[in-house]
Amino acid sequence: MTSEKQNELKELALRVREHIVRLSTDGGCFTGASLSCADLLVYLYADFLNVRPDNLQDPERDYLFLSKGHDVPALYGVFAELGFIPKERLDNHLKTSDSIYWHPNRNVPGVEFHSGSLGHLPSVAMGVALDARLRGQDQKVIVITGDGELNEGTCWEAVLVASAHKLNNLTFVVDRNHFQANIATEELIPLEPLAPKFEAFGAEVRRIDGHDFVALEEAFQALPFSDTKPSVIICDTVRGKGLPSIERRADRWFCNFSSDEVVELLKELHSQEATTLTSETLTVR
Amino acid sequence: MNYEQLIHETALADERLIVMTAENRALIRNLPGPLGQRFIDTGITEQTMIGAAAGLALRGRVPVVHALATFLTLRAFEFIRTDVGIANLPVKISSFVPGFLSDGNGPTHQAIEDISLMRGIPGMTVFAAADEQDMLAMLPAIWASPSPAYVRVNTRPATYQHAPFEIGKAEIVSEGYDVTILTYGMLFEQALIAKDLLTEAGYSVGLVNLRSLKPLDSAAVLNVVKTGGLVVTLEDHFQTGGLYSIVAELLLENELTAKVLPLALKEKWYKPGRLSEVLEYEGFTGQHIARRIGEKLGDKANAFNERTEVIENQFAE
Repeated sequence: MTSEKQNELKELALRVREHIVRLSTDGGCFTGASLSCADLLVYLYADFLNVRPDNLQDPERDYLFLSKGHDVPALYGVFAELGFIPKERLDNHLKTSDSIYWHPNRNVPGVEFHSGSLGHLPSVAMGVALDARLRGQDQKVIVITGDGELNEGTCWEAVLVASAHKLNNLTFVVDRNHFQANIATEELIPLEPLAPKFEAFGAEVRRIDGHDFVALEEAFQALPFSDTKPSVIICDTVRGKGLPSIERRADRWFCNFSSDEVVELLKELHSQEATTLTSETLTVR
Repeated sequence: MNYEQLIHETALADERLIVMTAENRALIRNLPGPLGQRFIDTGITEQTMIGAAAGLALRGRVPVVHALATFLTLRAFEFIRTDVGIANLPVKISSFVPGFLSDGNGPTHQAIEDISLMRGIPGMTVFAAADEQDMLAMLPAIWASPSPAYVRVNTRPATYQHAPFEIGKAEIVSEGYDVTILTYGMLFEQALIAKDLLTEAGYSVGLVNLRSLKPLDSAAVLNVVKTGGLVVTLEDHFQTGGLYSIVAELLLENELTAKVLPLALKEKWYKPGRLSEVLEYEGFTGQHIARRIGEKLGDKANAFNERTEVIENQFAE
């Protein structure tokens, strides 16, 4: 990847993070979870996937399913920046006059399927991958899960069944931000060693830094990792990435900041200087 | 023609149809060869099968999914509600051994809240077949519809020549002014026997095979209510949430009242055993049904208990 391209993606990711911060007030959103996968979504939509605002009806487009629906502010940000939706629609966050709420839904162009209940889209994505193979189409089907989401048995069921059906057009991506809801994964339900778990279920696995565009490109451009197995890309990420004042904090999953704090956080995003936060985190599920 | 032949024929004529199973191949065991990749067995994973069916439907397919009624409606309930229901996708659920048809399996396998659960999902349509002939008459329209559908599969041989099927229409077998039995699914066979026994005893007996529980043939049910006779809701289902509730809801909506006798499972699982023994033990043979209705109608004579016919269990699966 050229340095120009990297800079372009970094600039785009910064604007996406600005959207996430702006959505983290007046009702709030799942800020921490959204910031961790912002770079991943920016890379996929801006540089990898064959999905654009003008080909959303094309049956041969690539499919991305966001199974960890809580991070939809990152997706909204990407969609607003890349022209899937007008940026003004983000002003409608949590308004009943629009459909911009805490989980993805298909009233937002670009969202392939609704989510919110964890552990669903691995199997839905598998259905799309099965159909793509039936039709002899070679598009990629990608499903992003959280790491906490991997507590749900249906994630593993889907990998097991996708392996049995040798679905090499299906890729499971894990946003490994090391937190689930309000607690560190390794404190509650330890996932490590994670890659061998997926390997044992029959998938071909790579593990990368999910904030490194060069690493993301290397991994995704190498898909499929096998002719006979589904692929898994574990993206090690940082919850709250980009805002040092909330990074790696168990209590910064869902955030509802004051408008003054949003102003300070936007400065922090650019200056990397920590903001003093007094807003309490709501626990919402 | 049987279920397997019908689905095979339909799949050959319509490439959208995909046959799926969570390793329940009883009705479709010969199809993997002829259908190739359009036969998808996900193993014992009801949730994953439903999720994958939603994905296939998202791409324009019409998946017909097969598994035991309990595991589909209970284990996979949230997947049906959330993936199929919210998206309103044309996934067709063929629910195996519902109600009394799980005979000897025991309470783990007794789908006796399935109608209640499925009809509560917005957009979901709900059907039950009286027997194999009834089911074969019903399925083509159900599979051709753009709606998600739940079907209580029933492969027992017919004892009645059924009329053509239309979604949302009940089959009116007879009309009567003393009593009308409203029923669906495998108990239709026993209801026919009960009707004959009650008729022989001098009553005027109506019998309705509802077939389509959602959408309901409200006009047919309201016509029955307006006769002023006893209305019997007969079902192998919990009394809560099934036909008795459906009729109660309809009466309230229309500001009507009626004398209704629910014959259903009230707050209990049924005693497992051979189907004929289950029906006898639980009081759902034709004779028992006639006796229970006779008692409600005021018949204190023991006229219905003298018959000794035994309904053979023809369900050997």
